Parts: sequence; structure tokens; C-alpha cells
Amino acid sequence: MKQYRPDEEVDFLIIGAGASGGIMAKELSTAGFSVVVLEQGPYLREKDFEHDEIKNTVLSGMTNHPARQPQTYRASESDSAKIPGQKFLQYGRQVGGGSVHFTANYWRLWESDFQQKSKWGGVPGAALADWPITYADLEPYYTKAEQELGVSGLAGANPFEAWRSKPYPLPPLPVKSSGVLFERATRKLGLHPFPTPMAILSQPYRGRGACLHCGFCEYFGCEVRAKSSTLATVIPVAERSGRCEIRPDSYTRKIELASNGRVTGAVYFDANRREVVQRAKSVIVCANGSETPRLLLMSKSSQFPQGLANRNGLVGRYLMVDAGYEAHGIFEHPLNEFKSVQATRVIHDFYEPDPKRGFYGGGGIDARFDFYPAGFALAGLPPDAPRWGHEWKAMVGRNFTRTMSLLAHATCLARDENSISLDPNVKDPWGLPAMRVTFAFHPDDVRNMQFLLARQMEILEAAGAQKAWPDTSDDSLLPHNHLLGTCRMGDDPNTSVVDRHHRTHDVPNLFLVDGSSLVTACCQPTCTIQALAYRAADYIAQQARQNAI
Amino acid sequence: MPDDPITRRRWLAATPWAAVLAAHEHARQAARSSQPPPFTALTAGEAKEIEAIAAQMIPTDDTPGAREAGVIYFIDRALATFDHDTRALYTEGLKDLDARRTSLFPGSRSFAGLQPAGQVRLLKAIEKTDFFELVRTHTVLGFFGNPSYGGNRDRAGWKLIGFEDRFQFEPPFGYYDAESKR
Repeated sequence: MKQYRPDEEVDFLIIGAGASGGIMAKELSTAGFSVVVLEQGPYLREKDFEHDEIKNTVLSGMTNHPARQPQTYRASESDSAKIPGQKFLQYGRQVGGGSVHFTANYWRLWESDFQQKSKWGGVPGAALADWPITYADLEPYYTKAEQELGVSGLAGANPFEAWRSKPYPLPPLPVKSSGVLFERATRKLGLHPFPTPMAILSQPYRGRGACLHCGFCEYFGCEVRAKSSTLATVIPVAERSGRCEIRPDSYTRKIELASNGRVTGAVYFDANRREVVQRAKSVIVCANGSETPRLLLMSKSSQFPQGLANRNGLVGRYLMVDAGYEAHGIFEHPLNEFKSVQATRVIHDFYEPDPKRGFYGGGGIDARFDFYPAGFALAGLPPDAPRWGHEWKAMVGRNFTRTMSLLAHATCLARDENSISLDPNVKDPWGLPAMRVTFAFHPDDVRNMQFLLARQMEILEAAGAQKAWPDTSDDSLLPHNHLLGTCRMGDDPNTSVVDRHHRTHDVPNLFLVDGSSLVTACCQPTCTIQALAYRAADYIAQQARQNAI
Repeated sequence: MPDDPITRRRWLAATPWAAVLAAHEHARQAARSSQPPPFTALTAGEAKEIEAIAAQMIPTDDTPGAREAGVIYFIDRALATFDHDTRALYTEGLKDLDARRTSLFPGSRSFAGLQPAGQVRLLKAIEKTDFFELVRTHTVLGFFGNPSYGGNRDRAGWKLIGFEDRFQFEPPFGYYDAESKR
């Protein structure tokens, strides 16, 4: 792999080697530019991935760690933030980022997602807005992401799906028992189930082997590279270009700004906690919807006393997260859901917000199982079951193979108060301000989640569950994995942070490309984040060639 | 954290990462030895009491329970390494258990020495405490977690629930997808 000296001015410094950063690195390095990527987490390889539930779930093996990446939380700006008993926001923390350990749901947005404000005319208490781009602008890049990374699915199986220029490159993964039961039940109810599009290979593709159905997708890295993470796909291509250096264990604390209003690189802590300054002609932040705004807010200067590219005070605002409850059901015969990928069937019948429901919101519902053995034994039984002893042991023994879940993937409205900011009191082990999260769901989000949960219960009943129950505890929604909207994209510099090409309105050679750009929260965002990255890379490369950055 | 109920996504406290590796190494060495490993975080007396509690939570019946699965060794290692922050709650919890035991069963000497019915009665009395919840969580993690942490011996936990840790499965996976292909 190419190595650069920090004092060497590279064309692009990319901060974050995750779902979007990996794509930016590959696209820009293969286009002929010199690229350094700083990743705060380690460089794990397939040999480092283990089927170890305790390490990956209890001990945050592949995600931000509550002690080393502390967060504080408050429900409202009038509250004082405290360190919560449970991690509130979660993100992937290694080369490849969340794309390494994600479940690999890979849904495109609908055409209507891009014009929700125009369609609805606004929702009181929410900053609903149209995107500055349309589905048609993004469609070529959705296709590029699916083709280049490798996605399994069935074009046309979802009658509500937006138009597409190409089918999925791979057929769907084999249906599991949960998918069969879900498909029967939803058809009985007049709904339209279809194979879940997954960024996991159902067949060998571009030098990688097919999924072996081991069952360790969510929270785990794939040992056989069947999951189409950026680690398994584009990052090796970037490295082979001879122009891209991935620097793991490199934690950026500040983006540097010159008196001419342009950024010149960034200061980071290396693995030995030494401060290093990497110089670059342009900086692209791909650090996820929580760390990107935090880094900008930490990058204060006399020109930007509120934080870099934050003249309008919107950096960190409008945080949106994954929403949607889970319902569980027990069936007569073994489903053995611990085998293979987490989800194989989904419906989009309730995706589009419908004024007749009396609130804003919608979402998909999928059939799945995302328990591992210890997690199931702790929390997988019905609420009226015993919690220990002989009877409990017998129920855990019987139910593990007979349980499935339905998860709603629901919309989340942007509220003014929901934000990422810097905690004034708590510091991380590097002495930097902890991330402070201010978040509460909009009342319509809550009504929507309850509406979807009622549909989930109907489906479980129609599927013939011997017993079904909803899990509606507040904790059941945590931690949130989709961190979106905090540096919103828009044409108006007064109401957005980046323009339609991800360039910050305030700094010409600073780009933000990740979940922070999203204007609305769309159930499953990874596919859209990656399509946006491909689109941004095209534009940025073209601008760089024309000396227009 | 112990003062909160444990749900599926609510997990244990923060942990230094190196400690996990230490726990693994410890467990590997223990597995190689024919002697029962010595306890590190717990005294032998405490270990006996905790093991008896764990054995009521996951009792031995026609299949192995917490005792046979070596859950106590998992707990000791967790307290010595990645969950040492909760060690104090064990001391406090055992003290409280002692006090309740002597008042309920005057003349008794230990929890482990009580008749099973007495043990269950005492555990029901502390069911809502942080200590109980912590031991329950540790017991479950020890019984169903990866055997490299010292518990789940002979994969007792996984055999109970029908889980297999393999790198490869082939469809059909379960009854209903098999049935749909017939």
C-alpha cells in the first residue's frame, strides 16, 4: 500500500473509512488522485472476525465503546445531559465502518422520498424538507452501488419499487422459515411480500464467494467476504491503485483552516496518541451522522467560532435515527432462524405516508431473527415467562429454534431540537469533548411506530404464531444505528450545511459525504448513503480535474 | 448498568478491550489444565455461594445446568477482567443475602448449604435487586456465551437450545422452508 508523509499535500484527505469513505477512497484514487484515509478504528481483517457473541454485542467489539467513545444524552435542550445506562447511538468503528457489521439490508428510496415536503406541505414541529436532488439524479448511482458492491434481490418483486435501470446483479438469498411464514401471512392479508434486498452474495461474484449461511451477519464481520462491505469490495481496489493510503487507529480531532477560508488538512491522534498533521488540498468527511458534526463542532476557529462550516448553526441539527418496534412470535415447529442471513422477506405496503392514517409516517416490515444465544436467553421470551429456574430453562430450550420476529423500519422526522453537540463537561480519553445527543421522537413518529406494530401483530397472527407479543420498552429501540441528517443537504445556505454535491456552503474545499447529508430518514439508509457517495465522487473528481475546488 | 433492567440490547458496563483478551487467555490456559482453575476475583467461599445461586437460575435436570457448564469460572474471569467494575456489587449482594438468610433460616451457615426449596425462597426474596439481575446476566452469558470465556463447557448451553456454531449451513434451514419446497 502506498504511504504518504504527513507533510506531503495529498489531493484528498478522507476522514472515515466506512460505507461512504471506502467508496470515496476507491473512486478518487482510481481516478488518479492521491488519497489518505484516516480511520479512528482498527484495521480488522477476515481472520480477526470471530463468532463471539460476548465480544461483539456485550463488549462493543466492532462499534463505538461507551468508555472510550463516551456519549451523553438528554431528551430535550432544557434537560442536562447524562451518561445513559445504555449506548444511545452506535456506529461501526473499523476500516469498512458499519458496512462490516451491518445486517446488510439494502433498500433504495422511493421517488416520493425526495419530495416529502411538497407532498405533505410540512408537519408541525418537524423540519420536513424536499431533497435538492431527485430519484432520477441518484438512480444511476444506486445501480452502480448494487452492481459494484454486489447485492442480492429480485427486481420487480416489490410492486411499489421505483423504476430501475438494471436488475439486481444477484438473485435473492434462499428464503428462511421466517420468510415462508411471513410470505404466507402477508399474502393472506392482501399485502405484497418480496425478497429482502441484501448486500450479501447469493452466488460467487467478482472474485468473492457466496454466503455460507453461518448466521453471523448483524454485529459481526463476514469471514468469507460474502457480505459486500467496503472492506471486502472497494477498499482493496483503492489500495491496489497505488495512490491510496488507509491509516487506521487515526482519530481526527480538528480540521485545519487557513486564513483564506480553505481547509488545509487535519490534525489527528495516531495509535500512540501522538498528534500528526496531514496536509491535503481538499478534505472529505465521511465519519457518519454523529462523528461528522462532532468533528466540525470541534474544529472551531476565529473564522468559524461556532464550528467549521457552521455559520447558520445547523451543523449537528435535525438528527434522525432508525425507528420501529419489534414483535416476536413462537411457532409450532423449528424455524432454526439462527442459520443464514437475518432477514429474507419484507413488505413495503405501509411505506408511503398516508393522510388517512391521521399522522405523518410509514415504513417497511420484515421477517427476521436477530438474537444470538445469550441475548435470546436474556430477552427472547414472552414478557409473562419466568425469568430463571426449571421452567425458564425449558422454555429457552424449546423456543430458541421456534421464534421469529417482525421488525418495522419506520420514518423518523427531523426535529429542531434533535441534535449532536459537544458535551460541556464530559471528555473522552483523548481529552476531547464527548458527543452530546439531544433526542426525542416526534409524536407522529410514535404514532407511526404503534400503527406499524399493530400491522406486525396482525401478520404474526395470520402466520399462525402460537403466541405473539410486541416489545415496546423504550430500551427496545436502542442503540440507534442509523445516524442521519445532521449536516443536511440543500440549495439554500440558510437552511442546509452542504449543497447538492456535498460541498459545504461555507468552505469550498470541504465536503461531507455520509448519513449526515440525508434530508429525510428512509427506513434503511445504507444503500442511499453509498449511492450518494458514488455520485459525490463523480462530481468531486470532475471539479478537481477542472481545478474548480 | 446494574441499576437498569437488562434487555436484549441493553448490555453490560463499559470494558477495557485488553481485558477481554486477558480473559480469553486465562480461559484457554484453564482449559488445558486438568486441575480446577483457581479463582482470581472471588474467594473460594464466595465462589461456592455464587455457584449455588447460578445453579438455581439454570438448574441441572435431564440436561446440564450452570454448575456443569462451569458458569462460575466465567463469572470469576469476568469480574477479574472485563466486568471488574461490578465486583463490588457481588460483595454487597452476598452480604445482603447473608443477612436475609440468617433472618429467614436462623442457624443456617451458607446459601449453598440450604435445601433447594430454601434457596429458591431466598432468591425470590431478592429477585428485584440489582445484585440478582447482575448474577442472572452473568450466569446467562456464562452458560450461552462462547466457551473460550470459561463457561458453556461442552457447549451445554448451545445444546440445550439447539444452536450450532458452524461456518456453513445449507437450505432448507427449518421446518417451514423445507415444507414449502415439498
